[in-house]
Amino acid sequence: MKVRGARGEAAVMPSALSSSLAQRWRHLDKSAWVWLLAVGILLFLVVNPLFRLLLVSFEQGDTGAFTFANYVAAYSRSRYVEALLNSLILGVSAATLCLVFGTPLAWALSRTDMPAKGLIWVSILGTFIIPPYLGAVAWILLAGPNAGWLNRAIVALTGVDKGPFNIYSMPGLVLVTACYSFPYVFMFTKSALDLISSEMEDAANILGAGNLRTTLSITLPLAMPAMLGAFILVFLEAIALFGSPALLALPGRFHVVTTQLWEFFEYPPQVGVAAAYAMPLLGITILLFWMQRRLTSRKGYVSLTGKGGERRPIQLGAWKWPMLGYCLFVCTLSFFMPMVVICQAALAKAWGRGFSLDNLTLQNLYFTLFENTLTRSAVIHTFVYAGSAALIAVVLALCVAYIVNRELVGKHLGNVLSFLTMAPFVVPGIVLAIGFYAAYTHPPLLLYGTAWILILAFATRFLPIAYANSNAAICSINPELEDAVRILGGTRLTAIRRVVLPLLKRSLAGAFILVFIPGTRELSSAIFLYSINTQVLSVLLFDKSDEGNFEMLAAIGLVLVFITVVLILIGFRLLGRDFMLRRTAA
Amino acid sequence: MSKLVLRNVSRTFGGITAVDDFNLTLEEGELVSLLGPSGCGKTTTLRMIAGFMAPTSGTIEVDGEVISSPASILPPEKRRMSMIFQSYAIWPNMTVAENIGFGLKVRKLGADEIRRRVDEILEVVQMTALRDRYPAELSGGQQQRVALARSIVVKPALLLLDEPLSNLDANLREEMRFEIRRLHDEFKIAMVYVTHDQAEAMVTSDRIVVMNKGRIEQIDAPYALYARPRTRFVAGFIGRTNFLEGKSVASGVDFGAFSVSKESLPGHDTLPETVLVSLRPQSVRLLKEQPAAVAGRCCAQGRVQRRAYLGEYWDYHVVLRGAAEPLRVSTRAQDVFETGDAVFLEIDAAQLTVIT
Repeated sequence: MKVRGARGEAAVMPSALSSSLAQRWRHLDKSAWVWLLAVGILLFLVVNPLFRLLLVSFEQGDTGAFTFANYVAAYSRSRYVEALLNSLILGVSAATLCLVFGTPLAWALSRTDMPAKGLIWVSILGTFIIPPYLGAVAWILLAGPNAGWLNRAIVALTGVDKGPFNIYSMPGLVLVTACYSFPYVFMFTKSALDLISSEMEDAANILGAGNLRTTLSITLPLAMPAMLGAFILVFLEAIALFGSPALLALPGRFHVVTTQLWEFFEYPPQVGVAAAYAMPLLGITILLFWMQRRLTSRKGYVSLTGKGGERRPIQLGAWKWPMLGYCLFVCTLSFFMPMVVICQAALAKAWGRGFSLDNLTLQNLYFTLFENTLTRSAVIHTFVYAGSAALIAVVLALCVAYIVNRELVGKHLGNVLSFLTMAPFVVPGIVLAIGFYAAYTHPPLLLYGTAWILILAFATRFLPIAYANSNAAICSINPELEDAVRILGGTRLTAIRRVVLPLLKRSLAGAFILVFIPGTRELSSAIFLYSINTQVLSVLLFDKSDEGNFEMLAAIGLVLVFITVVLILIGFRLLGRDFMLRRTAA
Repeated sequence: MSKLVLRNVSRTFGGITAVDDFNLTLEEGELVSLLGPSGCGKTTTLRMIAGFMAPTSGTIEVDGEVISSPASILPPEKRRMSMIFQSYAIWPNMTVAENIGFGLKVRKLGADEIRRRVDEILEVVQMTALRDRYPAELSGGQQQRVALARSIVVKPALLLLDEPLSNLDANLREEMRFEIRRLHDEFKIAMVYVTHDQAEAMVTSDRIVVMNKGRIEQIDAPYALYARPRTRFVAGFIGRTNFLEGKSVASGVDFGAFSVSKESLPGHDTLPETVLVSLRPQSVRLLKEQPAAVAGRCCAQGRVQRRAYLGEYWDYHVVLRGAAEPLRVSTRAQDVFETGDAVFLEIDAAQLTVIT
C-alpha cells in the first residue's frame, strides 16, 4: 500500500540547513551544563581520590618515580602482616558474636509473644544511636583492668585480689565491636522474618513438626540469606572500624589494619606505604559487598519478596521468660550498662568515686559546651561540617539520580554515573581518607588543613546513602508530571523547581538527616584529615582519650548522643517511624 | 498551509523499529487519532510530535517550520503545544486553579488576565466550585477535566492527547469522549489523539490513522474505515468481521458456498487469483426459508453451530456447506434459531470488502 524508502531528507529541509546554527541554538536544551557540572564534581569527589590512592601506592615518596617499594615496605614486616591477621580475627569473631546476639532478638521480636518487646526495641534503637567509639569508652569504664566497674564489683563480691576482665584485649575488642554492630544483624534478620507468613509454619506443623523443629527447619533457613548478608556487612564494618580498635587495641599493645594505617601517618606520613597497605582492605570490601549483593538478591527464596499473608506470634509459654532474659542480657551489654556509666561519668566530679549525690556535677557538660574554646568550637564544627556535607551529598545525589532516571545522558554513561555515586559504599572510611589525603594535599588543589577536605570527605563517604534515598524519591515521581510542565512552556529547570522539588521536600529532608547523623559522629576519615583548627567532636573525643579524662570524654559523648537523638526525632516527624530502617536498606 | 506534517518519520530503539516511515498531514482545526494495539508505535509518534523524543529519521514540521529532525529537535517548551497525559499529570502540589494557570504564568501573562482566563475555562469544564481544591481531593473524572482545562487554556497550536480516557470507568469514558469532541468544536484546536479504543477514536475523530507494528495500515474517516477496510488488520481491528477466501473465475468470485459476480464487488476491475474479502457479521441475514432472488444479493445454505444471546442482538456461528470455518452472524434479538437448525443466508454483495 505504501512505497517505502523515499527518504529525500536533503530535499525536504533546505531552509533548515541554511540557518542550522541559529536553529541548533534554539533547539538546544540549555540545562545541559548543570548535568555536566554534576559529572565534574563526581570525578573530583570519587574518581580522583581513588585514582590517586592507587597511583601513590606505586610512587616513591619524594621523587614520584614508579616503584614497588611501598608494597614491599607494607608487607615485609611480620607485625604488619600480624595486624592484617588480627583484623581478620576481629571481623570473623565480631560477626559471629553479632549473629549470636542479633538473631534470637530478631526472632523474639518478630515471631513470638514475648513480653516487653517495646523495651527491647527501644534499647536496640538506643544501641544504634551510641557511636561505637563512645561504646568503647563506656566499656573501658566497665571492664578496664582494676578500675573498671565490673572488676570492682567482682572484687567486692568475691574478695579476690584482681577482677578477671581486661577490655584492652582481642576478646574485649570483639565484644565491644559486636555490641555496636549487632543491630545490623537484628534489622536484616527481622525484616526477613517479618515477611515469612505463618502459613508456611502452619504447613510444617500440620505435617507433624513441632514448634522448635519448624523454627529450625523452615523459618531460619528462609531468613538465612538475610542473615548471611548481615554477617558479611558486620564483618566489613568491623575491619573498617577505627575508633574502638584505637581505644582498645593500642593500649593492649596489638594492631589491626586500621590502627596500623594510622601509624603509617605518624610524622613523617608514609602515604605511599599506607596506600599500599590499604589495598587488601579495599579489595576484600569490594569482593564481599559483591557477594552480599548476590546473596540477598537471589531469587530462590521467593517468600521474602511476597507480602506474606497472615502472621501470628508463636506462643512461647513458660519459655518467654528465659527469652526475655536473654534479650535483656544483650541489651544490658550494649545499651543499659554503657549508658549508665557514661551518664555517671559525664555528671561526676570524678567517675571513680561512684554513684553518690555529692559526686554529682554539671560542670563537665558546662565546660564542654561553653567554657572550653576547643570543645565549643568542635561542637560548632561538627554541626557545620556535617550539615554542609549532607547538603552537598543530597544535592549531588539528587542531580545524579535525576540524570540517570530521566535518561538525560546515554544509558551506558548513566550506569557509570550511578556506579560512581554508589562506589564510596564499598570504600572503608579510612581508605577514602587516605585517598583524599593523597589527592588534595598538594597544590593546585591544596585542601588539606581546611574545613573543605573534611566536608568533602564526609559528603563523599555518605553519598551512597543520599543517592539511595534520592533515587527512591525520584522513582516515585511520574515523569509525565515534568513532561506536562515542558509541553506547557516551562523549561526542565522550571519543572524541577516548581514540581519535582516541592514534591520531594520531605524525602529530601529525610535524606539530609540520614547523612547528617553519621556525619556528626564520623571518626575514621576525620582522624586523617583534621587539623588543629578543624577539630570535630569525634576527633576531640579520641584525642582526649590519651589524657584519661573520662569525665570529659563522657560529656562530649553525651553531647553527640543528644544531637543524634534530636535529629532522629526530626526524622520521625518528617518521614514516619520506619525511617531509620532505610539507612540499612541503602 | 497544513498545520502539522510528518515526513518519513521513523524511530528505532536499539535494533527495534518502533515507528516505521510514518507520513501524516494534519490540517488546521482537524482532529486525527492514532489507533492501534499497544506497542504499535502510536505513543512514540505522539512523543516525537511533542518533542520529548527525536526521530531516527524523517522530519516533523509545524506551520512550515522544521521542529524535529534527526540532527536537532526544538525543545517541547518552545513548541506552543499542549498535551494530556495518560496519568493526567496533574501536579499534586498545586490547586486546581494553580494547575490550570501554570501555562499562562510561564507565558508571563498578568495576574488579572490569568485569573480571568482560568475562571473562563473552569466554567467551560464545569469545575468552578472546585478551583481551590488539591488534586488528591478530586475524582478521576474531575482530574481529567482539570487536565483538559489546563491544556486548552493556553490556546495551543496543537493539542496532543495520550490515551486520556484509559484510566476512567466505562460510563465516564463514554461521557468524556463527547466532552473532548465538544471542546474541539468549541475551540477549533488541531488535535492528535492516541488511543487503543476504536469506539473512542470513532466518536472523537475527523480521521483515524490505524497503526500496527510501527507502520500505518490505513488513514480514513471513521465511516470509510469501517465500511471499506483496506487491510486484513484494519478489518479485524475495527469491529468484528469474517474473512472469506474465494477463487477468481470467469463469471466472478467463487466462495464455495456461494459466488458473486465481478460487477457486484465494488471498485475492483482486476482481481487476483485468490480473493480475500471481509464480511461484517451484521451484513448477513439469516432466514428459515430460501429468499427470493434479488440482483446483487447471493444466497448460501448453512447450519447453526453455536449461538449466544447478548441482549441487544444474537450472535450465531453458522457453518456453510463445504466450508471449514464458521461464519459469525449478528441478528436482531427477535430472529431466533436453534442450534442445529438449517438456515439460509442472504448476503449483500455490496457489503463485501476486498482486502489487499
